[in-house]
Amino acid sequence: MNKYMERLYNGLIKENPTMVLMLGMCPTLAVSTAAINGVSMGLSTMAVLVFSNLIISILRKRIPNEVRLPAYIVIVASLVTVTQLIIKAYLPTVDKALGQFIPLIVVNCIILGRAEAYANKNEPGLAIMDGVGMGLGFTVALTLAGSVREILGSGTLFGLQILPKSAAIAIFGQPPGAYLVIALFIIIMNAIGIKTRQRQLVENDGCNGNCAACAMQCDDRKGKEEAK
Amino acid sequence: MNTSLILIIVSSALVHNVLLNRFWGVCSFLGVSKQMKASASLGVAVIFVMTIASAVASLLNDYILVPFHLEFMQTIVFILVIAALVQIVEMFLKKSSPAIYKALGIYLPLITTNCAVLGIAQLNASSGYTFIESVVAGFSSAVGYTLAIVLLAGIRSRIREEDLPAPLRGAPIVLISAALMSIAFMGFSALSF
Repeated sequence: MNKYMERLYNGLIKENPTMVLMLGMCPTLAVSTAAINGVSMGLSTMAVLVFSNLIISILRKRIPNEVRLPAYIVIVASLVTVTQLIIKAYLPTVDKALGQFIPLIVVNCIILGRAEAYANKNEPGLAIMDGVGMGLGFTVALTLAGSVREILGSGTLFGLQILPKSAAIAIFGQPPGAYLVIALFIIIMNAIGIKTRQRQLVENDGCNGNCAACAMQCDDRKGKEEAK
Repeated sequence: MNTSLILIIVSSALVHNVLLNRFWGVCSFLGVSKQMKASASLGVAVIFVMTIASAVASLLNDYILVPFHLEFMQTIVFILVIAALVQIVEMFLKKSSPAIYKALGIYLPLITTNCAVLGIAQLNASSGYTFIESVVAGFSSAVGYTLAIVLLAGIRSRIREEDLPAPLRGAPIVLISAALMSIAFMGFSALSF
């Protein structure tokens, strides 16, 4: 497996941002009401992530270390604005469903986390592949969560009726269902023994109220533990 | 106080609770709620920052972005303003009231990128709220945030002593508690007349 394919595998499976690293919980919980919303949110985030990784990787020797976070935030915010305008212009249905969540991609842990943990240390080609891998991993996880909630909540999948309406449990389509389905995923992963970092995250001080710095703190902590 | 303000308060603190209904700032909800004291301090810090951020974002939006047709800059402007604002508030508190700074100090810089603060600023702008309405919405959303995180911290302090099946330990039981709280808060939706 060459190092570009390794990045894809890493993002999709080994360090899947949602399922294994437990990053970006806010959008995961909020937009997983239907499978199609998961796909659109995942792909929008992936677009921002690929370009932010590319730009940050190109500029990695130019941005002074002390002001790197504000610089990253400006780059990411500009890309999010571009994405938002494109969605508004060409995909009005997506805009209607996800409108208020698109601007919040700026503070998604995954994006600043990858900038800090990967893009600012590696060449542009690898950074793009890292963005694609992580973006796909996020999209797959969101779509999975969205599908489960859509099937349980309304008996449909991508709008197609696959279970009788009478079998639907409405609560799964509503806000509490988001917490329940993610809890279910983690229970299953715990039971079959896939290691997530969630225990560490929840049992320690978590992100301390800071969504975007989440990833960095975890990487710091991981680094420290390895140093020990 | 007129009825529309009361509606905004009820809607942002209870019906559309940022943590249990909108899912903004969930990272901190799951992480910090481990300790009651930390949750309460974070809650107060969020009230502080979110109220001021809503006020400043609303002024900027009404007097600079809208008159010059720069609404598309909202995301960039808001996130930078929030980041700068938190820094200023921190420096100001450090000088003027060391007691408050000591209590909130470590939480203030961390709130910069809490999605709830940016989310509320965006929501105020897109709902076309006036200055007063924005401040009230910001403040009451933050009160809702504090209420939810303190309640969850209370529940978690009880859960800790329970003997749970192994796969449920850690995050799953916290998420299930949050789901039950969210169901309880759905009862408030009857108030949104």
